[in-house]
Formats: sequence, C-alpha cells, structure tokens
Amino acid sequence: MSISTPARPVPGERTPPPGSGTPRRSWRTRLFQAEERTAPYVYVAPFFLLFAAFGLFPLVQTAWISLHSYKLGSEMKWLGLENYVWLFSNPDFYNSLWKTFTIGVLSTVPQLMIALGLAHLLNYRMRGRTFFRVAMIMPYATSVAAAALVFAQLFGRDAGAVNWLLGVVGVDAVDWRNGDWTAQLAISIIVIWRWTGYNALIYLAGMQSISQDLYEAAALDGASRWQQFRHVTLPGLRPTILFTAVVSTIGASQLFGEPLIFGGGQPDGGALGQYQTLGLFMYQQGWTYGSLGRAATVAWVTFLLIIVLVLVNTAITRRRQP
Amino acid sequence: MTTTPRTTPRTTRVRTARTTLAAAVAGTLLLAACGGGGGAAADDGTTELTVSLFGTFGYEELGLFDRYEAEHPGVTITYESTQGEDKYWPALQTRLASGSGVADIQGIEVARIADVVANQAELWTDLRNTPAAGSIGNYVEWKEPAATTPDGAVLGLGTDIGPMGICYRSDLLAQAGLPTEPAALSARMTSWEDYVALGREYQAAAPAGSAWMDSAGGFYNAIVSTEQTIYYDQAGTLVHDSNPAVRAAFDTAAAAGQAGLTARLEQFVDPGWDAGFASGSFATIACPSWMIGYIKGKAGDAGSGLWNVTTLPGGAGGNWGGAYLGIPASSENVEEAAELIAWLTAPERQAEVFASAGNFPSTTGGIEMVADATDPWFNGAPIGQIFSTSTANAPVQILGPEDGVIKSAMVEALLSVEANGVAPADAWNSALSTVSNQVS
Repeated sequence: MSISTPARPVPGERTPPPGSGTPRRSWRTRLFQAEERTAPYVYVAPFFLLFAAFGLFPLVQTAWISLHSYKLGSEMKWLGLENYVWLFSNPDFYNSLWKTFTIGVLSTVPQLMIALGLAHLLNYRMRGRTFFRVAMIMPYATSVAAAALVFAQLFGRDAGAVNWLLGVVGVDAVDWRNGDWTAQLAISIIVIWRWTGYNALIYLAGMQSISQDLYEAAALDGASRWQQFRHVTLPGLRPTILFTAVVSTIGASQLFGEPLIFGGGQPDGGALGQYQTLGLFMYQQGWTYGSLGRAATVAWVTFLLIIVLVLVNTAITRRRQP
Repeated sequence: MTTTPRTTPRTTRVRTARTTLAAAVAGTLLLAACGGGGGAAADDGTTELTVSLFGTFGYEELGLFDRYEAEHPGVTITYESTQGEDKYWPALQTRLASGSGVADIQGIEVARIADVVANQAELWTDLRNTPAAGSIGNYVEWKEPAATTPDGAVLGLGTDIGPMGICYRSDLLAQAGLPTEPAALSARMTSWEDYVALGREYQAAAPAGSAWMDSAGGFYNAIVSTEQTIYYDQAGTLVHDSNPAVRAAFDTAAAAGQAGLTARLEQFVDPGWDAGFASGSFATIACPSWMIGYIKGKAGDAGSGLWNVTTLPGGAGGNWGGAYLGIPASSENVEEAAELIAWLTAPERQAEVFASAGNFPSTTGGIEMVADATDPWFNGAPIGQIFSTSTANAPVQILGPEDGVIKSAMVEALLSVEANGVAPADAWNSALSTVSNQVS
C-alpha cells in the first residue's frame, strides 16, 4: 500500500476520485479518505499487538521478577536490587561474560570473513552456481541440536573423528571438551559451520546490487581483481556488512544451544566453566538451581548488554569504512 | 525464483492475509488455552490416569500399565517419560507452581524428596488418607521416613533404592593379571584404599587406553553414599564444609584422579562415558543397582559375559539414588491414582522390575523375593545377594534439600582435578564457593 496525498498524485497511482475538488464531499469520499488514513495503522497493528503480548510484556515481567527472590515452586519475595548486587559480585558471571566474548570473536570474525570470500567466488560466472548456492544454505537448515550433537561426537576424545585425523598426522589426541581453548574452538567451529553459508548468501545478494559499470570502469583503469574487491565490492557492501555484523553480534551474545549440547546437556560449561556462555549461566540459575529471580537478572543484564554492543558495533563499522 | 507475474487479484490477497491473521490469532489463543490439567473422570464411568516419570522405571517396558488396564476395566493410563531427571524436575516445578499440567502420578527422585518434604508438602497428597495407606509400612526402615513430613504426612511411595556394588570388566582385569572372580576380587578389596591400590596395580599392566575407573566424581559419589551424615546433620544444618567424611572422600577421589587412575569421563554427561562401557576405556565402576540396566543397554549384546559384579570394598553398604511415586494435590483422581501406585510399588512388581531393569526393590517383601537373583549377562553374578547385603549394611542417610547442588559442585571440582590439573585444595575451595554462592 502506498500512501499519497490527494494534492500530489504520484504517477501511476489511482487518480483522485471524481468530485474530490468540489466543496461538498460525499460520504463515500470521506469514508475513502478515512480508510486511507487509518489503513496503514490497521495493517501494522497485528505485529505491534503480538509484540506487546509476547515481547513487551515478558520483558517488563522479567524486569519485575529480577527484583525478587523467586524460587521455582514457591512465592515471590521482594529483594530490590539484591539480585543485581549478587550478579555483579559473582565471579561466574564475569567468567561467562568473558567466554561469551571470546567464543563470539572466535566464531564471528572467521565466519564473516569466510562468508565474504565465498560470496566473492560465487559471484563469478561458473558452472553449477545454483548448486553451490543451495549447498551453502544447507548447514543453516539443519537444527542446532543435530549439528551440535554430530560435532560433539566428532570432537570426542577417545573415538572422535577429529582426533583420529590428528593421529594420522602424528598429533596426540586432544581432550577437546575439557580443555579451555579447545572447547571454545570446537564450539566456534559448530557456529561457523552453521552460519557461514547464510552470511555468504546475504553478501552475494549485496554484491549483485553493485553496478557492473563500476567494475568495468575499474578494469579500464587497470585495477586487478583484488583491487576491485577492495575498492568496489567492499565499499558497496558496507550496509550489508553492517547488517551481518550486528546480527552476528546479537547471535553470539545469545549463544546457547551449541555449548549446551556440546556439554552433554549440562549448563555448567565444563568443569572450569570454560565454555559457559551467558545463555548457559542464565539457564543454570533458572533451571538447575531453580532461582528464577537470578535468572531474570541475568536475562536483563544480557539484554542491556546486547543493546550497548549493537550501538558500539554500528559506530565502529561506520567509522572503519568512511 | 519464478519469473511469472503474480495474477492473484488484489482482493483475494487481502482476504488471504486476513484469514491468515485470524488463524494466527486463533492458534495463539488455542495454545494459551491448552496445557490444562491432568486426566479427569469422564461421564461414562471410565477414569483416565496420567503418569509422568523420568528415566527408566521399567513399568512401560514390562507392560505393567497394560496389565493394570486389563485387570481394572474402566481405567486407562496415559504415560510419558522425560529421559533426564534434571529436565524433568524443573518442568514439573513450573507446572506445580501454575497449578495445571501435572499428571495424576509423578515420579520424585530421592535427591528431591527432602526438598518436597520441607518446602512443598501442601502441593502433594498425603497418602495416609488414600487406598495406598496400607503400603506405607512395607519398606526398608529409612525409605518412608524420608518422604514423611514432621506432621506425619507421607508424600510418596518408594519405587526402588540404590544399593551399590562394583561392576567390572573381567576380561580387562584378566589382561592386567588381576583376579576376575567376584569372591577373589572382593577378598583383595577390604577398603577404598585397597581399591585404589588395586587400581595402581591395574594401571601398571593395563591394556592401552584403559583406566581403572571411569571418573573421580563417580568414585567420590560412591564413597559418600556409604555415609550416614553427608551434607546435612540431623538438625538440618549444612555441614558439607566441616564434615570430615566429605573432605576425606573428596581427597581420596582427587588423589585417584591425579594419579591417572580415572578415565576422566563425566558420568551421564560425556558421550565418551556411554561409549566406554562397550569400548573398555575403564575397567571398574561403582554401580548402584539401577545402573545394571544402564550398563547392559550401553554395552549391548557384545558386552554380555564381559562384565561382572562384586560387593563394595569391605562389604560396605550404601545407597545412591532411588525414587518415589507421588500424587500432586491438584489431581482429580486421587483414589484411583493411589490404587495404581500401591499396585506398582507392591513387592511382586518390584521383584519383576528388578529382574528386567535392575531397579532394586525398596520393600522388605520385594527384597526377600529377589535375594537369590543372578544375572546371566553379568556372568551369572549373584546380584540379588550383593545388593541385599549392601542394603542391609547401609546406614540411614540424612538427606537435605540442596544435596543435588552440592553434589554437582563437588563432582565438577573433581573433574577439574583429573582433566584440567587443578590442585585438589583449590578445587575443594572453588566447590565450596560455588555452594555458598548458590545456597543461601
């Protein structure tokens, strides 16, 4: 639906209804105008109604619960900001914050760079292009649970395929799950595997909106493919890169399924919490320990953190590519 | 990506959108309305009982529900099970709190019973006033008191208990030159120190890639499960940090982990633990009776005859696990549900369940019936006698509401010792700080 004022008809739009210029307008006209004014609101209303019910209300409710001691199966008890004091003096919270950050960087940065490279390659004319493009999206279509389960087997210590391959080249078996960086690396690989194709397709779509004229002009000026990539493709993709960076950052801050299943369904993230993300920490508070008030506190702090991260991210990405 | 233009008339599209929206809203309302209460007595005189359990109780597998339905016309049983108790319990708690969605019969793990008795007595039915009242006196001495409130209300009937033995791979022990017969092995193990010493002997001659036991956490848990006082004293005060038995068990297990006697596989969590029963990455494991069925399942037919069972070192008694069946107070079929749980937990049924799943009877009558049971899969081990002895020698454990939190903190700390090389004293301190951070 496009909205147009009767005074300035847009070419191609319906012409104003007959009689609209006369001083006495018929009821039909007024009804039509009322509809034109209100229709957009009616059409967007369902989203906002659903958002209020399933987005805003839980958000406010969570904030309210975070001010209480609320054990699963008992009454709520007012605490004020005590849960927040508990959270900010808890070393486990800082640990999970740090792990969320390191796993986030380990997974997001390679993921976006690989995606960019793949998209650049797929942008060339090549045989079986559609096949490769569809293949890219396949990992994204598999469920997190299935992917994490398979990777947890691959990274098994005693009978895992990865350790077997390492053994072939003479490297000792690695205890992926119990090691600090090895566990984070394994989880990052699951995330990279699942999301790289998705991001590559987004980049590909962005690349196809860049005018071919620019490449031709660059080629005439003697720019190599790499120079074309740097000076034409990258600047042209700026909004797309910003978008994927923001989405990936949000995804990384909410990382949950992969480390949970990698850890055998336990939210403690290893003996030293070496892969306990904020999501796992929250789940552990709520569902292992039954402290819903504390879980709600973690949820709210995570929410605020994501907002800050997105703002910082946007600022950085804007500055990087002037 | 189709290139044909869309020819759908505009009005149709709008109507479709409206229909979709209506359907979405209706679906949402429907979802909100669902998740209602458990079974209800229908008008035609039939009763629908819902049963919700975790893990393997053995009832469905044995066909006990079908048999009960056949013997009791007019009763239909709907059964569901969650594999992990750690997921089952929180879900049950939210349903209990919201007052809807609970089944007529719910399983309660023994680690939760103290919490139920202390904090949620009003959410469960007192079985003294139901047809199940007659079954309350059938149990080993500590089973019912643990499910009884200070006012005397009995909130659950016991299904099974967890007396312990040592399960071991006779083929691996033979390869390392250790005794393989239960009696001969038992003679070499008169204490936990002997068990560890035997482990050092095993490790010196063991097949490559095989450790003496599965995990330091499991070892620790076996030791504390033979104690009377563990994390709480008789008055209900937390003593986990001052009880010398807990510290001693922790240090013994940590030392075994440091010495490389463990396979560093976290129980029930690490997929390698499950695989280890078949592949032989560990030779022994302290096994409660309910783990008998688990080992069979993981090792499969190929494992038959390789595994055997002997008594705990020195013939010690203990209890690790076990469960209860309770009826939530919101159930609309208390009478019928009570009849069913009395039937399910009767000595005869417990004996049947033990024979098929390994869950050891908690009634004295049931224990008598299985006293002579042997298990062909375990080389004909006299499991009835081994677990009966362990039951007879077991102390009356004092349970507390936060036992589970403390236990998992200890197990996690021990994993950090064996797998990450953390010093035992540091691991102990971090376990204590986890507990104090969580239990307040």
